[in-house]
Amino acid sequence: MFSYLIRRAAWLIGSLFVAGSAVFFLLRVLPGDPAVTLLAVGSSPDQIDAIRHQLGTDRPVLAQYGHWLGDLVTGNLGESLFTQLPVLDQIAGRLPVTVPLALSAFVLSIVVAVPIGVFAAVRRRGLLGVAVSTLAQLGIALPVFWVGIVVVWLVAVQWRALPPGGFPRTGWEDPGAALQSLVLPVATLTIAQGSVLVRYVRSATLDVLSQEYVRTARSLGYSLPRALWRHGPRNGAATVVQILGILLASSLLGTVVIESVFALPGLGSLLLAGVQARDLPIVQGTVFLMTATVLVTGLVVDVVQRLVDPRLRART
Amino acid sequence: MSTPLVEAVETIEALDTPARRRRGWRSPSFVVGAALLLAVLALALVSLVWSPYGPDHTDPAARLAGPSVQHWAGTDRLGRDQFTQLMLGARTAMWIGLASVAVAFVIGVPLGLLAAAAGRFAENAVVGVIDIVIAFPTLLLAMLLVTVYGASTAVAISAIGIGVSAEVARLTRISASRVFTQDYVLAARTCGTGPLMILVRHVLPNIWHTLLVQAALAFGIAVIAEASLSYLGLGTPPPAPSWGRMLQEAQSTVSVAPWNVLLPGLAVAVTVVGVNLLGDGLREVLDPQLRQERQAADR
Amino acid sequence: MTVLETTGLTITLDGQPLVRDVSFGLAARDRVGLIGESGSGKSLTALALLGLLPPGMRTSGRILIDGDDHLGAPDRQWRRVRGRTVSIVFQEPLTALDPLMPVGRQIAGPLRLHQGLNRSDAERRAIEWCDRVHLPDPARLARALPHELSGGQRQRVALAMALACRPRVLIADEPTTALDVTVQAQILTLLDELIEETGVGLLFISHDLPVVAGLARHLLVMRTGRLVESGPVDDVLRRPRSDYARQLVASAARVTRLARPSVRREDR
Repeated sequence: MFSYLIRRAAWLIGSLFVAGSAVFFLLRVLPGDPAVTLLAVGSSPDQIDAIRHQLGTDRPVLAQYGHWLGDLVTGNLGESLFTQLPVLDQIAGRLPVTVPLALSAFVLSIVVAVPIGVFAAVRRRGLLGVAVSTLAQLGIALPVFWVGIVVVWLVAVQWRALPPGGFPRTGWEDPGAALQSLVLPVATLTIAQGSVLVRYVRSATLDVLSQEYVRTARSLGYSLPRALWRHGPRNGAATVVQILGILLASSLLGTVVIESVFALPGLGSLLLAGVQARDLPIVQGTVFLMTATVLVTGLVVDVVQRLVDPRLRART
Repeated sequence: MSTPLVEAVETIEALDTPARRRRGWRSPSFVVGAALLLAVLALALVSLVWSPYGPDHTDPAARLAGPSVQHWAGTDRLGRDQFTQLMLGARTAMWIGLASVAVAFVIGVPLGLLAAAAGRFAENAVVGVIDIVIAFPTLLLAMLLVTVYGASTAVAISAIGIGVSAEVARLTRISASRVFTQDYVLAARTCGTGPLMILVRHVLPNIWHTLLVQAALAFGIAVIAEASLSYLGLGTPPPAPSWGRMLQEAQSTVSVAPWNVLLPGLAVAVTVVGVNLLGDGLREVLDPQLRQERQAADR
Repeated sequence: MTVLETTGLTITLDGQPLVRDVSFGLAARDRVGLIGESGSGKSLTALALLGLLPPGMRTSGRILIDGDDHLGAPDRQWRRVRGRTVSIVFQEPLTALDPLMPVGRQIAGPLRLHQGLNRSDAERRAIEWCDRVHLPDPARLARALPHELSGGQRQRVALAMALACRPRVLIADEPTTALDVTVQAQILTLLDELIEETGVGLLFISHDLPVVAGLARHLLVMRTGRLVESGPVDDVLRRPRSDYARQLVASAARVTRLARPSVRREDR
């Protein structure tokens, strides 16, 4: 197990390296001088040079690359072109909005979707089971931002029960107000993620149900629900853990769209603003950080999977 | 926008009871799905020759009007006829959906086949690359490309295409690997059949139905991805209509004109549900023979 | 005294009959062999006797367990007899056992379910059963996972599970088909022992006539869903009444005879 951890950690560092390089090259080496595209047409050559110097594009590409990698290791993500503030600080300032949003949606999706998914599998012939499956299908097909807009319209505008968007200026100093602003965004993201998870859990449960050991348990006198409870979780856990990793990554990415719908000052909206303003360091830093989070999650998922299923440990 | 999530669901969708009948083309999922998709496609095709109003036609006097005889789907805040916009949006969705799926398959299938056919080392290398690309989500890729190239249809197609290609490559590799371990491939190789012939004669005929189902589902993912990008302002730029951007524009006036929000959303939903049902139906239609063989063997 | 009896059992799928009008009975200490090729419906019959047919199949006739008709009964009624009065062992123990649960716990399961034993008592009894089915080092093996055991050992575990609550009838559906020949013989010996020890009645299902003939006292022959022959083993083997049974016996004899001449030639 220990040697696996070492190997996996090495792989993680390797992929972080590749991800960082990918982000760098996609923004630099492709045709199109970022400095030129950043500034309006008709800028003076001096202004262009100044930007180039700031971006570091007046140096040879490999030097820039080395500089970027070195910066990554020290945790320096550069400074925003427009605010001149360190990217890392700006990112840190947005985390108090995005992290609770993503994590709550993640946890809530699991809590809601797992029982519903199991139910939909066990009762797949009944009316309720079919209805649940159909609703899940619909939930997947509807874009998450549409659900958000409708939710805002119904709850915030028609019923005036909760704020339609935004986040209190004072942040979490007033936990009540902060929570209120997060209820609808979390609910919307949960509906979107939950629908996909319901379908997944349903499939995984159907898979377990079709296994022979469930038939054996029933032949010994166990009822179907009891047999499922006795054998299901352990056997389903391996695949479900894998989807949880993807779910977490999905929650993180979902915040980009959700923050736009609900005008939340989070990491997603920082990235969006950066893209719109062509603020390279911001885009670079945020994208890299998000990708790194996804990769680390992948590692955690892998390790947990191996803990859960001892058969995986037997193979290297 | 959860491409990897939805894809993962599709790949392990467990099949139902052993005693399921052979439905053939009468599978309800297939019929309903095809019907929905054809309806949207028809809307898109018709828009090429006709629409109630021109795409840029505005009627300032009738802004934010509800559905009526003159404007079947009402008007938006600029007075544009929404039904026309929906039709043109259908065209965008269909076009970008098809193009993205094409890109995804052109990149993904050869990669997957290469990984399955080549030796272990190559396979591990490609798997590693695929895993990293999958971790690099489509949305982020799109944002990177937009930052450099600006928002455009081509960027959207490229980003979505590349993003989906990773999952296509993964599925191709897994399906092709399964075929490679079959005895008839081993027999072919002992006869001296070259790898290319094996691919064409044995692998492709056995995996094309899996890939077709995947293509249907990928189309749905592409449509949602395009709508999301347009909503964020990173997709098809104005004046080309897009359902996503229609939603973004209608958001501020939702209390006054809710139908401007409901209709584009429904349009996306109808398309995606249609294509998902089509995919499920295709799976039923194309696989029953295999399943029947399996069932007979079980007894 | 008959524990399990079926009369006129018919199983159809989509209107197509898979098993037609099968009738036989089983009492304690009985040794009944059910012979048939693949597709003859013998496995379906076995599943029907426990109410475990896959959904979509329709049954008619009667299935009497201790005198009560269980055909079409709700699962609740079936659960009272499964594992307690009637048990089944399947062909492939690797898939029939939970791959992630120690085998001892799997044996203890029915003990806790039907007899309400607490965890430690059930564990102890499970280890006793491991010993009874001749598993080496039972206390340690009980903590192992199925994939850590050999095929023969897994099948012993499956037998222990099925017999833990002392059912009066055991159905064995091709229990030795997936095993090596030498292991097959061991399992057959074990079955013999267990029948003597526990007094259970055995329904042994197989496509392999020589295997069944060694163990059974009464033979049933199935073909395309119908029972074509039924009688004491010696009668069926020496004086088969149906054409099919005659073919079966002749083929089996021919196949086993083929092995001997070449051995004799090599001896010289």
